[in-house]
Amino acid sequence: MDQTEIFERVVKILNPYVKNQEAFKGISLATHILDDLKVNSARLVDVVLEFEDAFDIEIDDDDVDKVETVGNAVELIEAKIG
Amino acid sequence: MSRRVVVTGLGVVAPNANGVRDFELALRKGLSGIRIHEKMIECGFGSHVAGVPQGIDELAESYFSEDLLLAMNSGHRCGAIAGVDAWKDAGFERPDPDDDRVDWDSGAVLGTGIGGMDTIANAIVPFTDAKRVRRLGSVTVEQVMSSGVSARLSGILALGNQVTTNSSACSTGSEAISMGVDRIRHGLAKRMLCGGVEGASHYIWAGFDGMRVLCRRFNDAPERASRPMSATAAGFVPSAGAGVLMLESLESAQERGARILAEVAGSAINCGGHRVGGSMTAPNPEGVRRCIRAALADARVAPEEVGAINGHLTATGADPKEVHSWAAALECSPSDLPPITSTKSMIGHTLGAAGGIESVACVLMLNGGFVHPSINCEDVHPEIEPYAASIPHTALQTPDLQVVVKAGFGFGDVNACLVFRKWNE
Repeated sequence: MDQTEIFERVVKILNPYVKNQEAFKGISLATHILDDLKVNSARLVDVVLEFEDAFDIEIDDDDVDKVETVGNAVELIEAKIG
Repeated sequence: MSRRVVVTGLGVVAPNANGVRDFELALRKGLSGIRIHEKMIECGFGSHVAGVPQGIDELAESYFSEDLLLAMNSGHRCGAIAGVDAWKDAGFERPDPDDDRVDWDSGAVLGTGIGGMDTIANAIVPFTDAKRVRRLGSVTVEQVMSSGVSARLSGILALGNQVTTNSSACSTGSEAISMGVDRIRHGLAKRMLCGGVEGASHYIWAGFDGMRVLCRRFNDAPERASRPMSATAAGFVPSAGAGVLMLESLESAQERGARILAEVAGSAINCGGHRVGGSMTAPNPEGVRRCIRAALADARVAPEEVGAINGHLTATGADPKEVHSWAAALECSPSDLPPITSTKSMIGHTLGAAGGIESVACVLMLNGGFVHPSINCEDVHPEIEPYAASIPHTALQTPDLQVVVKAGFGFGDVNACLVFRKWNE
């Protein structure tokens, strides 16, 4: 699975949690999940659970703490699926 | 002098109709919302019938964002739809989620009898037992915390006054309205969205089936199963929904030129103390009578001014006792009892939502000049035969209806009574 495909699936998973639709329209690897998309921080754990299901991986809580941007998420998933 | 409290908006989600207009039509027609509930058959219940509001998920999707819906169980959906409807019915716009202004003068007391049992049963128990707690994510606590239903509405409407959830079994919705009235009377809030909510889930109803208090004799005729005051009443029919009233100080309503639907002239709450025949599951008749009398005294309404009674009347063996208590509280002979009706005959027993939904019915009756029928009791229970003429089997046209009294009695021997008066400009 290449980075573009992972990115597209991450974007799809994030969609229902996004509160700033304007920022979502211009979403890129640099987009900040909490600050730009205004995703409720409590919901990050739910987003991560969906990543796990979608990519059949396990993500440690410590790894979650490092995810701030869409790019961070894509890189983390890429590394996990090897 | 304490402030007068009026009703300026209504919202309702009920098994026989959603929305105020359709609900009024259903009430006038005597339309039953009771249906076969497959899950109850599948799980070996004695009773196979229930009242579930139809099309709630589709309705919720048209009202709320995907993000909100991720953490809204059945009760949240019913309560938030009815709450938003009451708010809009009162002439307010739904605020934009990005608008940071808070309405510090508006609050909510939105009660629930059982709470988020569906979330507990479908998520918390199975995931915890399977040692997969982390899979619960972030969305369960807000659905099972008792105050979740009122908190949800606060977030949607930016309510900044008191926002809380009360719980007093089947008197919950009526109690919530009484609590909101008190807060406005004391000048602590201008507006309170008050009422009750209960989700639709066979897990909520299972314990009642175990108690043998649900109707199991009309599984083949669901629309006839909820039979308050009938000789063949065989237990209550469990159901779900939400009813919310926008309560407002008369001053605030007049200032903004709001349409006034009725006045909440008085209310009372008490508990029978589980004595004189009262228990966890049965009311002390003295407590019931005192509660009704206290509400009338609070409203400064004389017993003979009562134009109609919307009883608790669930279709159990307690109905005849309740009818006797109404006559005793109003100090009237059986032939002088005002029309007495049970909304539950059409929608079943919505538990914590009952007081909310049935109060919506009371306000609609005052406004529309009618008393809705109490269906399925053509065979009036022999113990209340002398009161038979007071039970309407079809809608009564009552253009002069001025006062409707509503009461709710709950497990725990708790009582709540509300006195609604027609608003005359």
